[in-house]
Amino acid sequence: MLQGWMIVLVSFAYLGVLFAIAYYGDKRAEAGRSIIANPFIYALSLAVYCTTWTFYGSVGRAASNGIGFLPIYLGPTLMVALWWYVMRKIIRISKTYRITSIADFIASRYGKSQMLGGLVTVIAVLGVIPYISLQLKAISSSFTILLRYPAIVMPANSVARPFLQDSALYIAMILAAFTLLFGTRHLDATERHEGLVAAIAFESMVKLLAFLAVGAFVTFGVYRGFGHIFTLARATPKLEALLTVPNTGGGYGTWVALTVLSMLSFMSLPRQFQISVVENVDENHLGKAIWLFPLYLLLINVFVLPVALGGLMLFAPGGVDADTFVLTLPMARHAQALALFAFIGGLSAGSGMVIVETIALSTMVCNDLVMPVLLRQKWLRLNERHDVTRLLIAIRRFAICAILMLGYIHFRAAGEAYALVATGLISFAAVAQFAPSILGGMYWKGGSRAGAIAGLSVGFAVWAYTLLLPSFAKSGWLPAAFVTEGPFGVALLKPQELFGLSGADEISHCLFWSLLGNIGTYLAVSLIGRPGVAETSQAALFVDVFHHTQGFERSQIWRGSASVEDLLPLIGRFLGPERARDAFLAYARRRGLAGLEELRADADLVHFAETQLAGAIGSASARVMVASVVQEEPPGLDEVMDILDEASQARAYSRQLEEKSRELEAATAELRAANALLKELDRMKDDFMSTVTHELRTPLTSIRSFSEILLDDPKLNLAERQRFLAIIVKETERLTRLINQMLDLAKIESGNAEWQTAELDVRDVIREAVDATGQLFRDRAVELRLSVPESVPSVLADRDRLMQVLINLLSNAVKFCRPGEGRVEIRLAAAKGFVRVDVQDNGPGISPADHHTIFERFRQVGDTLTGKPEGTGLGLPISRRIVEHFGGRLWVESELGKGATFSFILPLGASSGAGEKLGTRAVQTTS
Amino acid sequence: MSKRILIVDDEPNIVISLEFLMKREGFETEIAADGEAALEALARGRPDLVVLDVMLPKMNGFEVCRQIRSSPDSRDLKILMLTAKGRETEVARGLGLGADAYVTKPFSTKDLVAQIKRLLGSGP
Repeated sequence: MLQGWMIVLVSFAYLGVLFAIAYYGDKRAEAGRSIIANPFIYALSLAVYCTTWTFYGSVGRAASNGIGFLPIYLGPTLMVALWWYVMRKIIRISKTYRITSIADFIASRYGKSQMLGGLVTVIAVLGVIPYISLQLKAISSSFTILLRYPAIVMPANSVARPFLQDSALYIAMILAAFTLLFGTRHLDATERHEGLVAAIAFESMVKLLAFLAVGAFVTFGVYRGFGHIFTLARATPKLEALLTVPNTGGGYGTWVALTVLSMLSFMSLPRQFQISVVENVDENHLGKAIWLFPLYLLLINVFVLPVALGGLMLFAPGGVDADTFVLTLPMARHAQALALFAFIGGLSAGSGMVIVETIALSTMVCNDLVMPVLLRQKWLRLNERHDVTRLLIAIRRFAICAILMLGYIHFRAAGEAYALVATGLISFAAVAQFAPSILGGMYWKGGSRAGAIAGLSVGFAVWAYTLLLPSFAKSGWLPAAFVTEGPFGVALLKPQELFGLSGADEISHCLFWSLLGNIGTYLAVSLIGRPGVAETSQAALFVDVFHHTQGFERSQIWRGSASVEDLLPLIGRFLGPERARDAFLAYARRRGLAGLEELRADADLVHFAETQLAGAIGSASARVMVASVVQEEPPGLDEVMDILDEASQARAYSRQLEEKSRELEAATAELRAANALLKELDRMKDDFMSTVTHELRTPLTSIRSFSEILLDDPKLNLAERQRFLAIIVKETERLTRLINQMLDLAKIESGNAEWQTAELDVRDVIREAVDATGQLFRDRAVELRLSVPESVPSVLADRDRLMQVLINLLSNAVKFCRPGEGRVEIRLAAAKGFVRVDVQDNGPGISPADHHTIFERFRQVGDTLTGKPEGTGLGLPISRRIVEHFGGRLWVESELGKGATFSFILPLGASSGAGEKLGTRAVQTTS
Repeated sequence: MSKRILIVDDEPNIVISLEFLMKREGFETEIAADGEAALEALARGRPDLVVLDVMLPKMNGFEVCRQIRSSPDSRDLKILMLTAKGRETEVARGLGLGADAYVTKPFSTKDLVAQIKRLLGSGP
């Protein structure tokens, strides 16, 4: 005989153990030695997914729908397989921006929208309340049934019972008390709940073991193994139908719908987000959870069918609710301890869900619903309160109690109309509405705030119309005709056959229409509208979280001014002054600063403060609070786009950078070469100056010497006096000639020479040059021959310059000829496109090695007759430059001892254009 | 017995003036128009002093100076270098090779004569 007090005592003892585990977990966490920092604990805590719905409801569902209970577990199994891509990204985003709930996640993604956060919270609370009521109902009825042990009596309709005799009320209150203890024990709004996670993991073990114990008891104790049960079941046609898909409810369509639904819910349920994201210690734990969690689901489902079939075969039809088989089967066999263990397993499944769900919801209610409203109420003077952490905790505690009471009210109201699983599915369908905004927000930058609000609203409205309202009708709150005939008799609007879609079960029907409306509106509104600045930058931060985590240059976007004196107390109000101070100090240390006084309130500090605050009151409220103490200049959309573009184009930039650095190397090499050339030129200039100096000093030396000699010795005889004076005059002339030629060459080289370009007959120029050098030839008795054709085409050139060239060549030839024996021949010839002039002598000749040298400045090649040759050493360089100026070429052909021939050519037709152009330029430069 | 001076320069007019100046002071002179000719003249007979231009055909004055100094016979032969290249490095180079004096062109006739007399340690 189980006494009531004993059940209560064991229950409290169990809850006490839970609390002890949580307490120990928190202590260890404070000591920095986390007990939950391992993937097994993480995977076990994820099993908070398995509630009394699983513990009791699966068997109930299996008893009516056979293997139709499975999709609820296939969905998460499939989802977990995608976790490395999806959940890792959610975790990374949430850790980076200190996101604490699913409402915060969605609000933050769409520009830290308070409205969106509020909307998500409302949907979550309304959607999840039936789910909580389900837990209350399950715990309450299991308690009531166990109380009658060994008799098996189904509890009477609880609504019929007076309020204060309803065990569900006390269960709700006790769970509320425990949730307050677990979730809001500390005056600390942001920390993860390490102890809680440990306790949840423990609960997952307990419910699994309890279920396995009952399953093993039924399968191997009552019957003789799986084979025995299934063989017996096959013998009964009604039971055999439960074992094939087409005969279980809506068939394959329902299977697909339920699988998709549970996939989305597994991601969107507030408690799953709390456990898998907020309480996650290390994203690498996902790696093990990916196979551990499905393994857990497999284990807890192994005995569902045997228990269901066993119950159906053991109990008279209609006598015992299949939802209670897990408890009533051990009771029927008088397994007292096992029955108690089963009850504890159910308690652990229910309490785990309630505790985590209400904590998650209370955070959302506080951060995304209450705080935004409170902060807007100026009369509350929240901004002036020194420390509002107590207020935050109070709001959360109140929210926990309120949510549980709502759950209880729903329990009382909904009554017995729904089985456990059906109630749970209504909640699933509600939270599944978050999925489009979450997934769209993570992978599509185009998703906008307006789109998310519209999509969520439409999805939620359709859910309420097709699932919630009909449930009210079933409970008797609305006329049954609303469902059967449609509102106002409009058949097309029948809530469960909307627009004539019939043949689907209510969940598939709701899922189809709500997600269609939700996704369609989300996409359409996002595509039509133009997102704001905050949305655009948040979109990029979320979608590209793996790129932005380290590299994003926040300071580029942010313009404003702030002070540490404003920020620190602000954070202190919500986190507590001590914690805020510690956080700022730690931040300063990370930056290598000695203390708070060195902190500069720059973009990064403001962001840090906002992130800290977001952990406590949600990102949307945090944004508002920080903006209240920081003078900010909102950046323009274009600016944000530019910066985000830049950030996402980092790779392109680094490629450009590499290119630039290669260019730089090339430029460096060029510069080095140019520098070497400049040094060489500098050295050449030095040499040139030295040479010029030498050439000038030489005539000066003679002039000075003889002048001094003449000055010192007035009695010098006349002949010598005249001889010396003649030398002086000759050297003076030489000096003058040298200076003139140097200036001439400099002018030609710098392009400042004057050119009087005209059509010339080269024959005329040659004759004039011969006349001008006639005396020279006669003096030296050198013969000159002329070989000039009857007529030659004219060339474009400067007559005086051409004369200069010819005279230079002729006088050079004379100079090197042996007097009396010398012979110089000048030839003129016209060839294709040019005229050619040769000046040939029979002098000593020039060694081929010197052919190049003689055209350099001051480079004379001496002859052996007179020692040093006369002349400045500038004649040939000047001549060559003149010829080249007219587009021609001057060169020498010679060998030692065989005379020398200096030749030049001048172009004809081709030169006329160039010549004119050069002429024009000359006029311009001289004008 | 009068001192003998070898004049080495390739500028005829400068040679004329130097010859005149030396003879006026009572020295005997000998002429060489390039570096090789200078070494040949030295091989024929030893003068008391060489007036040596730097820019010479065939062999420059520095080389001539180096060769004079490397031969034991002419190690104490007085050398006066004469050049139109007045740069410091040239002066240093000439003195480094063992020249006794260095005069840049254009020179003062009085200075040149004084320098030569000083090097020869006596009047004519």
